[in-house]
Amino acid sequence: MLEFLQQLINGLAQGSIYALIALGYTMVFGVLRFINFAHGDVYMLGAFAGFYIGPKMLRLFGDQPGYGVLISMLLVTMILCALIGIGIEWLCYRPLRNRPKLTVLITAIGVSLFLENGGQFLFGADPKSFPEILTDRYISLPETWGRISELGIQLSAAISMLVTVILLFGLRHIVLHTKMGMAMRALSFNPVAASLMGINNSVVIAFTFGLGSALAGAAGILTSIQQPSIDPLMGISAGLKAFVAAVLGGIGNLPGAALGGILIGVIETMVVGYISPTYRDAIVFGVLILILLLKPTGLLGASEQEKV
Amino acid sequence: MRSQLVLLLTLIACGVISTFATGMNPYYYDILVGIGINIILATGLNLVNGYTGQFSLGHAGFMAVGAYGSSWLTLSYGYILGSSSIAITTGYVIALLLGGIGAALAGLIVGIPSLRLRGDYLAIVTLGFNEIIKGIIQNCEALGAQRGLGGMVLHTNFFWTFAFAALTVYVVVSLVNSTYGRGFLAVKDDEIAAEAMGINTTKYKVLAFVLAAFFAGIAGGLYAHFKQFIHPEGFNFIKSVDIVVMVILGGMGSTVGVCLAAVLLTILPEFLRKVSHYEWLPDWFRHVAENRMILYSLLLIILMLTRPQGLFGVRLARKK
Repeated sequence: MLEFLQQLINGLAQGSIYALIALGYTMVFGVLRFINFAHGDVYMLGAFAGFYIGPKMLRLFGDQPGYGVLISMLLVTMILCALIGIGIEWLCYRPLRNRPKLTVLITAIGVSLFLENGGQFLFGADPKSFPEILTDRYISLPETWGRISELGIQLSAAISMLVTVILLFGLRHIVLHTKMGMAMRALSFNPVAASLMGINNSVVIAFTFGLGSALAGAAGILTSIQQPSIDPLMGISAGLKAFVAAVLGGIGNLPGAALGGILIGVIETMVVGYISPTYRDAIVFGVLILILLLKPTGLLGASEQEKV
Repeated sequence: MRSQLVLLLTLIACGVISTFATGMNPYYYDILVGIGINIILATGLNLVNGYTGQFSLGHAGFMAVGAYGSSWLTLSYGYILGSSSIAITTGYVIALLLGGIGAALAGLIVGIPSLRLRGDYLAIVTLGFNEIIKGIIQNCEALGAQRGLGGMVLHTNFFWTFAFAALTVYVVVSLVNSTYGRGFLAVKDDEIAAEAMGINTTKYKVLAFVLAAFFAGIAGGLYAHFKQFIHPEGFNFIKSVDIVVMVILGGMGSTVGVCLAAVLLTILPEFLRKVSHYEWLPDWFRHVAENRMILYSLLLIILMLTRPQGLFGVRLARKK
């Protein structure tokens, strides 16, 4: 039981990262109806942005690791990743807006491969060690039921869960209570009607890409403070799992992406803990195939009529 | 009748060339066999991605099934028919075909989701199947798990590679050009309209997957008995992308184009490897040349932006 609860906590920490990445997939799918294959690599770029910005930020804060460094680094990385996301959309996806879906899909695969291999070229292929921007320690959970006192959590994992929750509520506020959010929802509902109502579709799409990429960038930093080894190919498996999470929750659905991310994180940790680490990826994809065959709209997704 | 004659002549030519090819420079021989294997893979995938319009990203998975299946057969039952060279060769061909059938069964399983999914989803699901197949191999002790499988006898030569390549091209071309096979194109152009015209789209989609998987399995068997060592990581997502790039560069739905692209993209990495040794070129250029995936990815992006139909393909219909 104790081990199970400990696995559950670890799974939640991992799942919160997937949730942040999955939101980007879901938002882009909502407005453009296509899967941005390169999204996982923006997450990788976020981690590398932190790797290069980290030491400078540390100097700014007098070489003292702490929350100030973390927060300022998160903000800078999120802005940087938002710009990268907007840039990718502008260069690669915008010229293809009215082309067949397959063309956009192949381009997205191309962009993803370019970021991975360009990253290996620029940053070097070997794993790098992320700078220490936070003094990590192990927190034992308070002793309420006696035996559970052996449970604990790394400070970094707790922080990443907290940051995820804050970002999720921030995103919820943007989507539900701002003009831009309303425009996003309108575009997702019907792009033609939205543009007839005076919404500038291009601006909204760019904003969506920016927002999703900023969250992926934040996820990159939050992973790196937990597992300080980063490499240019780290986005592939994280991106794919986040995508599975988005589909599991119902793609196009924001709470669904968060829920799916957490579920995938928990499932993955349980598989590693109780079965075998080599089955991790296969089981995550097995979940994807099952969901697509049994309930293609996902756990929280509404069914949608196919337009002929 | 004419195409059968061409096939026969090609097979005879393969046999003749094969007797002379043994004295060749091993490096060039290696590339040549690689070209043949890639032609089989790309032509098969073209049936799914190009002619039927179902985007599959897991072709390396089928190749893995064929490679491991046939290797396991020749390793375990290689001498069951006797130890004369004819018996061993017969056993090898049977193992290849059985490996192909195993891959075809895998293709049948992967083809079923394609009945409900299309586009991006199908791409990810096929990618997922590729990972699952890889995962199973990695956990299977009989197949060498993560260490890889070695010790296969060198059977694959110029003749077998190009005979199977010619056969693949023949089957795909004659199928697509027959009245029966026009269903593939109908599925690609508009699935709903095809269904309304009484075409059994299910049958065509599954058939395309099964055939493509069968040929990929054969290619895998050929590869395994040429390299004599296979490793699960050799059949990963990147390998699948390699094959997809051949199909896209050649032009989806153009067999000639895809074969040419297979030749070009097999030679290109070797050429680039040479380029990266030229001292007088700038350092960054040599680094980029060494990493063929950077060029592949740029090639994909630029092709899609400027010429999405590939070098020899027919433009896809513009859809909203």
